[in-house]
Amino acid sequence: MNMHSLILRTAGNFLLPLLLLFSVFLLLRGHDEPGGGFIAGLVAAGAIVLYVFSMDIASARRLLRVDPRDLLGAGMVIAVLSGAPAAFLGQPYFTAQWWEFGLPGGGELKLSTVLIFDIGVYLVVVGAVLTIILNLAEAED
Amino acid sequence: MSAYMNALVALPVILPLLAGALSLAFWRSSAAQKLLGVFGTLALLVVSVHLLFETWEHDHIVMHMGSWHAPFGIVLVSDMLAAIMVVLTGIIGLATAVYSLSDIGTRHERFGYYPLFHLLLAGVNGAFLTGDIFNLYVWFEVMLVASFALLILGGERAQMEGAIKYVTLNLVSSMLFLTAIGLLYGLTGTLNMADIAVRLAEVEDTGLVTVIAMLFMVSFGIKAAAFPFFFWLPASYHTPKVAVSALFAGMLTKVGVYALYRVFTLIFNQDVDYTHEILLWIAMLTMLTGVLGAAAQFEFRRILSFHIISQIGYMILGLALFTPLAIVGGVFYIMHHIIVKANLFLISGLTYQLKGSHELRELGGLYRSHPMLAVLFMVPALSLAGLPPLSGFFAKFIIIRAGIEVEAWLAVAVALVVGLLTLYSMVKIWNEVFWKAQPAGFGQTPTPVRPLFWMWPPIVGLALMTVMIGLYGQPIFEMAELSAEQLLDTSRYIEAVLGADYVESLQEMRR
Repeated sequence: MNMHSLILRTAGNFLLPLLLLFSVFLLLRGHDEPGGGFIAGLVAAGAIVLYVFSMDIASARRLLRVDPRDLLGAGMVIAVLSGAPAAFLGQPYFTAQWWEFGLPGGGELKLSTVLIFDIGVYLVVVGAVLTIILNLAEAED
Repeated sequence: MSAYMNALVALPVILPLLAGALSLAFWRSSAAQKLLGVFGTLALLVVSVHLLFETWEHDHIVMHMGSWHAPFGIVLVSDMLAAIMVVLTGIIGLATAVYSLSDIGTRHERFGYYPLFHLLLAGVNGAFLTGDIFNLYVWFEVMLVASFALLILGGERAQMEGAIKYVTLNLVSSMLFLTAIGLLYGLTGTLNMADIAVRLAEVEDTGLVTVIAMLFMVSFGIKAAAFPFFFWLPASYHTPKVAVSALFAGMLTKVGVYALYRVFTLIFNQDVDYTHEILLWIAMLTMLTGVLGAAAQFEFRRILSFHIISQIGYMILGLALFTPLAIVGGVFYIMHHIIVKANLFLISGLTYQLKGSHELRELGGLYRSHPMLAVLFMVPALSLAGLPPLSGFFAKFIIIRAGIEVEAWLAVAVALVVGLLTLYSMVKIWNEVFWKAQPAGFGQTPTPVRPLFWMWPPIVGLALMTVMIGLYGQPIFEMAELSAEQLLDTSRYIEAVLGADYVESLQEMRR
């Protein structure tokens, strides 16, 4: 898999953090504007895959620290459970719950179960894509 | 609708999803996955039985997902038919989960058997409960994705061969389904099934409606393995692990039958003479080809697979005759069939473990060595053939009686002949597997990899249910009766989903 390209490796080192940051930006922006957990997850997975191309699989796994399958499982649990608070409040499942906080120095922070669901989707997408690609890459080697 | 009821309708979908997600999260631990398998399906069964009783009491239970109201949001609707199907999913889910303890090895577990198993149950239940036609498509896909993976789990050559036919035909079916939904949406501007039913009543171009109805019929016909689209089923159902076969045999084709029942009672009831006449011919040909195919087979699971097809014919016959009694018979038949058929597959798995073969000519002597298993085979086998006092007798009796009432003599004759031929196939299995002496050179009992203990309780439990449905059929009949009443009186469903005000304002607009 390793392309042994100095240019790619140098560029990859800069691109990885940028892409990961961008994926978080997409994730948080997602509720009312284009973005969301799915596309953000794809961007994050893309960042890791780029790292696989420029370095190698073992160091990509080290970078991840966790097995992608764990991300997949955790993401599924988070996504399914994000609907539960509504049920405990006596509303239909998956009814969005919003919490607003005033921030010191003006502005407000809006948190919601929608965001939790999106985080779950994000993890599922990252986990699923990386499970597939890392396994395929290892099979090729 | 109270908060509690709201949660209750969603739980049959949420519980398997959660169990699947958790077993994915604990993919390293075999014990945790097994516990989640058994207790997850047990919880599912408890919840769905509760849902059935609540539905019995309240007629329809409707939940607007995420508080987005119909016709714009997605609704989950539990009427009698849906609730009955969900309970059956719970029963078969629990039975196969317990059976899997003995049947599924660590290799299959590592390939993700348990998460896929739960995902399949979630897809099946979602398809039963949803009140939105596009959402129905989505649940079909969830179910199919899980079933594709379960079918090839283990990666043997025969599995791949069967899976290619299964996947290809099911993709064609999905494509037709999606096309039909697109046309329907273009015609009515809505995806909510109750709303579609209301709006189709005012569509003037009935020719186009019939075309769409035919697209749905072909698409669901493929899923249900009806004539002439059945050949994917006997090509694939005998290849995976027996627990998977049993789950597929019990639930998957019945989702197609359920979709036919739902769509051809609620939505396409304008031109019954035309559409249901076609269904009648499909039903008769399905019964005949299935049972004749089975007569030519000499592999345990392939015989059973062909019998799924012939039994699907009876269920479609109930819908095709389209009288209250016929629908009662059809629903009763579905209930009886799911339990009996899954059980026969489970038994075929146990005989394989005992004798090391699925081929009839290599089997034999099981009556001598395992008389208890022989009796347990007799119960579902005779029930499938329709002998009293077992569940199959009443199922066939109601449908045939409904046929006599509307003087559909040909259909009645076919149903009776197919019943006899089913008996022939079951006696063939009995003679070959249980009665004749063990042929020399075969039947060396393979040393089981795992203890076989957990294969027995599901077989015994399902056999007991078959007997109970036969002996105490009254409550089952009442449930089927109420579901038929609800299916034929669509205004109750429509009003429950859309609310009386909405329906009234639509009628106001029409004036």
